[in-house]
Amino acid sequence: MASHGIKDQVAIVGMGCTPFAEAFGKSTDDLLIDAAQEAFSSAGVGKDTVDAYWLGTAQSGMSGITLAKPLQLHGKPVTRVENFCATGSEALRQASYAVASGAYDVAMAIGVEKVKDSGYQGLNAFPIPNDGTARTLTAAAMFSMVAPAYAKRFGVDEASLREALARIASKNHYNGARNPRAQFRREVSSEQVCAAPPVAGVLGVFDCAGVADGAAAAIVVRAEDAHRYTDRPLYVKALSFVAGNGSGLLDPDYDYTTFPEVVACARDAYEQAGVTDPRHQLAMAEVHDCFTPTELVLMEDLGFAERGTAWKEVLAGTFDLHGELPVNPDGGLKSFGHPVGASGLRMMFEAWLQLRGEAPAERQIETVTERHLALTHNLGGYPGEMVSFVGIVGTQRG
Amino acid sequence: MRGILSYGAYVPYRRLDRADIRAFLGSGGGKGTRAVASYDEDTTTLAVEASRVAMRAAPAGIVPSALWFATVSPAYLDKTNATAIHAALRLDADAAAADFGGAPRSGVVAWRAALSGTGTVLVVAADIRTGLPGSADEAGGGDAGSALLIGDGDEGAPVLAEYLGAASATSEFIDRWRTPGENRSRQWEERFGELQYLPLAEQAWKAALQEAGLAPGDLDLVAVTGLHTRAVRAAVRKLGVGDEVVLDDLGASVGNSGTAHPGLLLAAALDRAEPGQVIAVLSLADGADAFVFRATEALPAHRPARTVAGQVANGAGLPYAKFLSWRGMLTLDPPRRPEPARVSASAAARSEAWKYAFVGSRDRSSGAVHLPPARVSMVGDAIDDMDPIPMADTEGTIVTFTVDRLAYSPSPPVIFAVVDFDGGGRLPIELTDVDEADVAIGDRVEMTFRRLNSADGIHNYFWKARPVRS
Repeated sequence: MASHGIKDQVAIVGMGCTPFAEAFGKSTDDLLIDAAQEAFSSAGVGKDTVDAYWLGTAQSGMSGITLAKPLQLHGKPVTRVENFCATGSEALRQASYAVASGAYDVAMAIGVEKVKDSGYQGLNAFPIPNDGTARTLTAAAMFSMVAPAYAKRFGVDEASLREALARIASKNHYNGARNPRAQFRREVSSEQVCAAPPVAGVLGVFDCAGVADGAAAAIVVRAEDAHRYTDRPLYVKALSFVAGNGSGLLDPDYDYTTFPEVVACARDAYEQAGVTDPRHQLAMAEVHDCFTPTELVLMEDLGFAERGTAWKEVLAGTFDLHGELPVNPDGGLKSFGHPVGASGLRMMFEAWLQLRGEAPAERQIETVTERHLALTHNLGGYPGEMVSFVGIVGTQRG
Repeated sequence: MRGILSYGAYVPYRRLDRADIRAFLGSGGGKGTRAVASYDEDTTTLAVEASRVAMRAAPAGIVPSALWFATVSPAYLDKTNATAIHAALRLDADAAAADFGGAPRSGVVAWRAALSGTGTVLVVAADIRTGLPGSADEAGGGDAGSALLIGDGDEGAPVLAEYLGAASATSEFIDRWRTPGENRSRQWEERFGELQYLPLAEQAWKAALQEAGLAPGDLDLVAVTGLHTRAVRAAVRKLGVGDEVVLDDLGASVGNSGTAHPGLLLAAALDRAEPGQVIAVLSLADGADAFVFRATEALPAHRPARTVAGQVANGAGLPYAKFLSWRGMLTLDPPRRPEPARVSASAAARSEAWKYAFVGSRDRSSGAVHLPPARVSMVGDAIDDMDPIPMADTEGTIVTFTVDRLAYSPSPPVIFAVVDFDGGGRLPIELTDVDEADVAIGDRVEMTFRRLNSADGIHNYFWKARPVRS
């Protein structure tokens, strides 16, 4: 019993990513076609070259037909996957494992979500018939409970914690302002974050990720075939996923200052990839900044900062675009919004650009000159009951 | 000896200051306050809370053979409301549950049926009194529940108040009426009703005292109630008792809670009665019904912890505009979030013990408490090795909390907390009967049965937490 991983067995050789936006003028089909076409041209292949497809969508369509129909795929296996907010990453994980198994030569992972057609603000879960006793809070409220718990456990005063959370939002908006694919492209100061109207607990509007429509795609092949498609492939080092048992909601020992599923998932990914010092080995990380307290806790759960110190590291600029370890250099969920099925692949798209030196000069990170690994992370659900994905890719094989 | 084995009353937390009605409308209102059922309460939940007070005070192991529920404003028609109360109280399937409905008189008639019948019967009544804005009914009404556990009594479950006699007087006349579906009742001009009620009141009163073998001078505590205020006032003067024995009708603090009110006043009387004292209740509603009880030696040791006076004193204000919106008289812009989906009947039936009675499960090997109940333990490897653990009467402590300004609620914002229960068990759960500024980590809470929402005409009942108040 072990998680062996598939280090260096497959490579990403092409990617595509639509702008993330309130795409009222685009359908789910349009977004899928746009992302797929960009990925096809990026890898220099056509749709018939791809042997199998994995489509990630939480609630914008059911079954593989959601992709096969708009792309007009003929006789191809298409699998729809869903794993909350890690749905796009899950599609990549399945496509990569399928290629690593030898079942297919070329596979596409594509994620999409059409969120804005619901007519509501925020994400809304597909209603599953139930007994009516489950909580009906917004995600913002569930994650807001992290803030007082963190402050209490680590003795951080209210003002310092508020400043650290604001800094996270302001950092991500700074990065997003330099990204033409981002939905929100204006810098937001810490003062503006703090002055925003409250949404839930201590969280204001700017502490919450927006919503958006979007799609992103990746083409994966066996590692030894990678150079047939590109000179600069990204090798998959680790793909880890953990579905939590929900005990945080039941167990009085859980204190809302950490996400155990992420800790377990990161440990597994680091083992798969052979990473021992993530803060100094990774060139960058794209993490699931659904709310500012989430990113704060993730810095500790992913091993970028010691327990109880992330707030200081944030304030010191450690995770800024030109900091020691750039986190969310593309602007994160904060700047992009969160089309559930697409976000994981959007994060990978930033790793694709940055590690290959293709990010626009105004947001190109410097760490890539020394380091060649990037991490992407998603979580879905709530503190106490969540899923977590951690992926690591690199430009060097071996 | 047949009589009252236990009793309880429930007065909701919110109070409307009648002066606010005039301040808002320029008319109506009056002095004092009225009790207001919260937006998440209906007559079923009021009845559950009153019944819980009564059952908590009842001797351990006492099992009602029937539950009768009376109300003017049932949460459902064509579906028995008493079954949800039955489920919330974890009564056995062989205990019957039935509704008595239609008019305030149905509550005291249910008493009579239980007192003259057999077995141990929980008789519970609840009303939410409504009226158009500015009306006398709106100001004078009140929301409450009351419950009596009636039975024969024995050594383990002594009678707290012996039933001495009762009588009714009936006549058909038009006093107060409401056609089904209307949110208010109407009343004929008052003098006519007064003249109709007075002889009926005297007739029932005399007959009840005669059955009890008592004279008016033998009475120590007398409660008189009815929605016809003028007739009630006049009747009091015909009873032959001194003013000093007539109890406060709670009109100035709670308002008249209709079907629940005779029980509320009787509970208030039992809260203070000395052993041997005689209590009489006279109710005017489409006739008159009179009851006579004598407090026993067992009463002082078996009073509920939650007294009527304590609950009356423990209220907090509610702005009139919010009251109007809670009662559906003022339609607010709904939250821009999807409305809740209707409850699945089969899923609700599967989780009846959890949803209605707040019963979790406890792992026999590790002791871990699971809320909701689980088959597989979160600790260790135990499967299907758990005992049910009723948690409705267990208090807890707030670990962390939030105020959700975006979530759908009939009365936003949603105040929500992670609660750790005494003796183990955790549940993130909505808070109610609290203002957001008054919540803090470490606060003590207790569980209360509420209606979370309604969709497709199906009411979604579950539990919330509220601050523990003495």
